[in-house]
Amino acid sequence: MQKIVSLDQVYFAYDQRPVLEEINLEVVKGDFLAVVGPNGGGKTTLLRLILGYLAPVSGSVKVLGQVPRNVRSRIGYVPQHSEFARDFPVTVEDVVLMGRIKPGSLFPRRRAADLEAAAQAMQAVGILELAKRRFGTLSGGQKQRALIARALSSNPLLLLLDEPTASVDSRVEKDIYDLLRDLNKRMTIIMVSHDLGFVSSYVNKVACVNKRLKIHPAHQITSEDIINEAYDGAMHSLQHECRL
Amino acid sequence: MMMTDFLVTICQHAFMQNAFYAGLLASVACGMAGTYVVVKRISYISGGIAHAVLGGMGIAYYLGLNPLLGAVVFALCSAVLLGLVSIKAKQHEDTIIGALWAVGMAIGVIFISITPGYKVDLTSFLFGNILLVSTKDLAILCGLDLLILLLVLVFYRQFQAICFDEDYARLRGIPVEVLYILLLCLIALTVVILIQIVGLILVIALLTLPASIAGLGSKKLGSMMALAFLCSLFFTVSGLILAYLKNLPAGAMIIILAGIGYLLALGLKRAVTLMVKKKALKLP
Repeated sequence: MQKIVSLDQVYFAYDQRPVLEEINLEVVKGDFLAVVGPNGGGKTTLLRLILGYLAPVSGSVKVLGQVPRNVRSRIGYVPQHSEFARDFPVTVEDVVLMGRIKPGSLFPRRRAADLEAAAQAMQAVGILELAKRRFGTLSGGQKQRALIARALSSNPLLLLLDEPTASVDSRVEKDIYDLLRDLNKRMTIIMVSHDLGFVSSYVNKVACVNKRLKIHPAHQITSEDIINEAYDGAMHSLQHECRL
Repeated sequence: MMMTDFLVTICQHAFMQNAFYAGLLASVACGMAGTYVVVKRISYISGGIAHAVLGGMGIAYYLGLNPLLGAVVFALCSAVLLGLVSIKAKQHEDTIIGALWAVGMAIGVIFISITPGYKVDLTSFLFGNILLVSTKDLAILCGLDLLILLLVLVFYRQFQAICFDEDYARLRGIPVEVLYILLLCLIALTVVILIQIVGLILVIALLTLPASIAGLGSKKLGSMMALAFLCSLFFTVSGLILAYLKNLPAGAMIIILAGIGYLLALGLKRAVTLMVKKKALKLP
């Protein structure tokens, strides 16, 4: 099995305050990994380490056998749609095209190959008819699809998503998970999620992150122990019980 | 008639023609840079650059050089400095911008006060004096405009990428930090141009108001820039005419018109949204 991501004894701290400790993680080709855990537990930091935006204090992070920086063009990243200003003047098509931009992309002209790839990506997520709309006018679910299309436009081997279903309703949530399951046939996916119960029927592995990381095969995610372990405390377990 | 008087004045006096050319050249830069200031929300940092520029103008004035050149040098230096601060020391950004803002002005005031001989009127730096723009200044403004236009054309997609989503641009290997500093330099040059028109206190209003109006109805950065250019041109030309007719300071007149224009545009947008909603409700 080809190793897509491997973290070895990773330690990370912001100003002496440890956020992640002794992280060992291996993601192989075709995996669909959900990263769950409490807020402030280090989920987003883990994602940013894999993207190479942050470097570990000690330990190593490898993507496709190299430091993330060198293979960034093979990674697709989907941030939360709520991070974007509603009034930014940009069309959906131009957002998706930003997934194809390179340091040498000068002048406003858009290459035919890029337009073609963007159209294919929008087709794949079902938003081709929204191409000329202003990004800010889309609904939450449509924005999320546009951001997924942007990540797909560069044909990544690895797709990383940060809570793709935050602030969308549950019907849209299911649509997005169905879409990701389809995409998983051709790429490896790592997804940070807040909703453990729903996710476990789509993914094959779950990583519980709360400063430390523990991997569970998805079919095990039914017992309350694991939930307790990840969220340390009955309080959180109670909140999540109803969804399991 | 006052209006015919005015037209005669324009034809007769080179300084009035120069004022109009200056307004036109300023609007070109203002449309482009203002759009970036608004979409990237960096008006505070732009304000810091604008006020620091007084230091450069004061020193140039003391040395007997063209204040415009001193302004260009100081504006670029403070853009690079503030860019580095905002990248390297994000948590102190506010304090450092505030410090540069005030220290730049203080340097300017001191150099102007120790300059021997006839004292220049400080208010023309602070509030601008479009009627004092010389033909030589126009040539410099024209050169700056061309430089800004070239930068925007070449880096259009790159600037768009870093304004919309810095993280993703970084993922695509775009040199985000270098481009951000370049963008601040572009804004700094624009600030220098606009100071000739409305002075450094009012510069932020002219930088942000036309672009904000344009942003209300644009689907692309390029069209927002074009619309912001037209708005800015309208405000500067009509402000200049009104100022002449009523014998009032031109810079202040231009800004008041821009402010009113912005409020009207906001109201109009709101009315249109409500009408569309009403229509949608009436449909069966």
